[in-house]
Amino acid sequence: MAVVEMRPACKPGDYKSDIKPIWCPGCGDYHVLMSFSRAFAELALPPEDLVVVSGIGCSSRIPAYTSCYGFHGVHGRALALAAGLKVTRPELTVVVASGDGDGYSIGGNHFLHACRRNIDMTYVVMDNHIYGMTKGQPSPTTEPEFDTALSPGGTGLRPFHPLVIALASGANFIARCFSGEPNQTAAVLVEAIRHPGFSFVEILSPCVTFRPDEREWKNLVHPAPVGATNDPAKAARRIMTDDGFNIGILYRGDRKPYRPAVGQAGVDLAELERDFEL
Amino acid sequence: MEERDSVSVAVVGSGGAGALTAGNFLLEAASLAGWQGLLSRTVGPQIRGGEAAALVRLSDRPVACLSDRYDLLIGIDWLNADRFGAEIEVGPRSLVISDPRGGELPAGVAAAGARIIELPMKEMAKAIPDGRANMIALGVIARLVGLSIDVLSALLEKRLADKGRAAIEASRAGINAGFEAAAGYDFTLRLPAPKPSSARRWLVSGNEAAALGAIRGGVRFAAAYPITPATEILEWLAPNLTKVGGVLLQAEDELAAINMIIGASFGGTPALTATSGPGLSLMIEALGLATAAEIPLVVIDVMRGGPSTGIPTKSEQADLNIAVYGCHGDAPHLVLAPQSIGDCLFTTQWATYLAEALQSPAIVLSDQFIGQARAAIERPAEIAFVGQRVRAANIAGTYKRYALAANGISPMAIPGTRGGQYTADGLTHNERGIPTSGERDHNAQLDKRRDKLAQFKFGDHWATREGASELVVITWGSLTGTAREAIGRAAGDGVETSLLAPRLLSPVQPEQFAAVIAGKARALIVEQSHGAQFHRYLRAHYDLPPEVRVLNRAGPMPIRASEIHRAIMEWS
Repeated sequence: MAVVEMRPACKPGDYKSDIKPIWCPGCGDYHVLMSFSRAFAELALPPEDLVVVSGIGCSSRIPAYTSCYGFHGVHGRALALAAGLKVTRPELTVVVASGDGDGYSIGGNHFLHACRRNIDMTYVVMDNHIYGMTKGQPSPTTEPEFDTALSPGGTGLRPFHPLVIALASGANFIARCFSGEPNQTAAVLVEAIRHPGFSFVEILSPCVTFRPDEREWKNLVHPAPVGATNDPAKAARRIMTDDGFNIGILYRGDRKPYRPAVGQAGVDLAELERDFEL
Repeated sequence: MEERDSVSVAVVGSGGAGALTAGNFLLEAASLAGWQGLLSRTVGPQIRGGEAAALVRLSDRPVACLSDRYDLLIGIDWLNADRFGAEIEVGPRSLVISDPRGGELPAGVAAAGARIIELPMKEMAKAIPDGRANMIALGVIARLVGLSIDVLSALLEKRLADKGRAAIEASRAGINAGFEAAAGYDFTLRLPAPKPSSARRWLVSGNEAAALGAIRGGVRFAAAYPITPATEILEWLAPNLTKVGGVLLQAEDELAAINMIIGASFGGTPALTATSGPGLSLMIEALGLATAAEIPLVVIDVMRGGPSTGIPTKSEQADLNIAVYGCHGDAPHLVLAPQSIGDCLFTTQWATYLAEALQSPAIVLSDQFIGQARAAIERPAEIAFVGQRVRAANIAGTYKRYALAANGISPMAIPGTRGGQYTADGLTHNERGIPTSGERDHNAQLDKRRDKLAQFKFGDHWATREGASELVVITWGSLTGTAREAIGRAAGDGVETSLLAPRLLSPVQPEQFAAVIAGKARALIVEQSHGAQFHRYLRAHYDLPPEVRVLNRAGPMPIRASEIHRAIMEWS
């Protein structure tokens, strides 16, 4: 008979490590960390069964600030690493953390294929429209006129639209959050983690150092006026035409998550040689 | 009647003409009859309409390399066959069979002084419903090498079962027609009768053998991105991994493939990917991550001509530098090289075992020649190497993932283990895995990762060492078999030569190497690399004998046993 061990009730503090974040004072990512803790506590997941995987950048420092297992890998490849982990250990809860440079620029191709593959994991992108760790270069979501040392006078380029890309590529759950609303963000993360398949949560998370103008976001965000749809056409129209500050779950699909066929372990390895025998 | 110790046959045709099928059938039928043999393919990059050749060498003993020249060359057609150049050499004692409607004989073949017989294979095939010229060619070869029609018939029943009766009969009629046509040829290539043997025998390619070795070593996850000439490893693993409870995932690119296997291995599942030079180039950054974060994994690089896209379908040994030195920073890891088709199994299994034991990435440097060649061999002996990672369990107190253990190997907690939570990191970290930029932790962890490899006892498998002569041939990888044949010929001429071929290229084994080299006065270094990468690698890490000569050449023209033999004899 299995021994069921009683655990004390989960508190958000149980999901924080003793490591002090390197983030600037006032960085939106502190609130995202708070939202992670609250969501994990709400789900009452044992920290050893949770894995937070990330790439490179300010936001990608988040795994070590949790008390979960973590992987801080190379720039842009967190989704691929998480895919290998999840298909071999489907019982684990896998959350991938990224930023707009890591996730949409160097990691853009993996974003498309992770949406399309629809493995059961949650992808959180802390989007501040700037490369923070390298001190203020334009990212794929930076506005065209935003002036930087690397792009004097602005890039002149149309920003990348991650939510539409996610929808077109097959993500099964799409939401937009604002880091300054940690309770609401935690509630969305709980839904995202529970939703089967690939869930994508874009969190607007201001960079107070290189984008002080983003402090204004708190006055611009507003709850989505209607609930999530499961109709991709409707979702596309809403996402394409909103003002970019529409907060909430915007799409909730019902595609079946990808689960590769796994055979039975313990088959005699000698069977495999039959292919070669004369 | 003249008997030979081996017979070499080349079947040439434009892509789609069936030259490779004829070669495969020839090897398998000869194997069923009890001979041993090797089939190598050389093709252009086109899927159809390019040039293709099956190069078969048969013997009553193990065959490790192709011969210098071909006893029999059959051209189903000669379209683009001149592109093979010197890869397929014939001589005055060779027989060339040519279809008069198959285009012009390549100039090199015409000038070789070989006997040439014209045989209208295409026309003969037309006389048979659904007949094909490659089966006529196979019938001719069967007659000349002494292969019975019965063996070929049995093979057709087996290989063409799913194509139906008509296909089997059409092929049988073609083989018969060729067999009859060759009856009048005053030419035979008869081999000694195969020695009776009770050993179980395999017909296997190096790529397949490597894939089986990986599973035997414990690999249960593979990430796949197709690339010539490594794809067969992944295609063999796809169905076979699932039979043993494993999984294969197709990646969107090689960057994803290497990161997927890092993720799987972090989760506790031994993992592998297979690629070739361009893919390995893309994987290098993540191989550095796996080294720093101490994640076991195996990458098989089936080398092809480089740099850049190079020659995708043909062999070279020029990825040694990137495999050993490719990572930025100081990133010691395992690099191994199989020495034959059968050894692809051993070396990949051993690499998996070592990767797990040492918590290190392992690169296996196979090449197109042994990867895509198919051999009839005795079943390789089973070995006991199965990956066993030291895992952390029953963790009390603060877990130190990168604790400075005496042997450098720190127990690894895998997700699900309570109390073992840590963040694996490519950033310089301390014993707990927490990022730091201090010199003390940086040096301590660099030392740890160097020492765990340097202290490990790799045993006798690190190199092939044969003979005691003061003249030593030093080579590696697929050229080991070629060198052994050359050494055998030199011995026949009264010149003793020894052989040293490291299977383990990194970490280097200076003590073991010095013990082999002690007393040797001359070394002949043999490698298939334009820049003599192996020679430079040896120079960097080992003391060589006083006199050194280097026989090196870029692919795709294989270094022949005759060239090594000549180099030995010229030095005697």
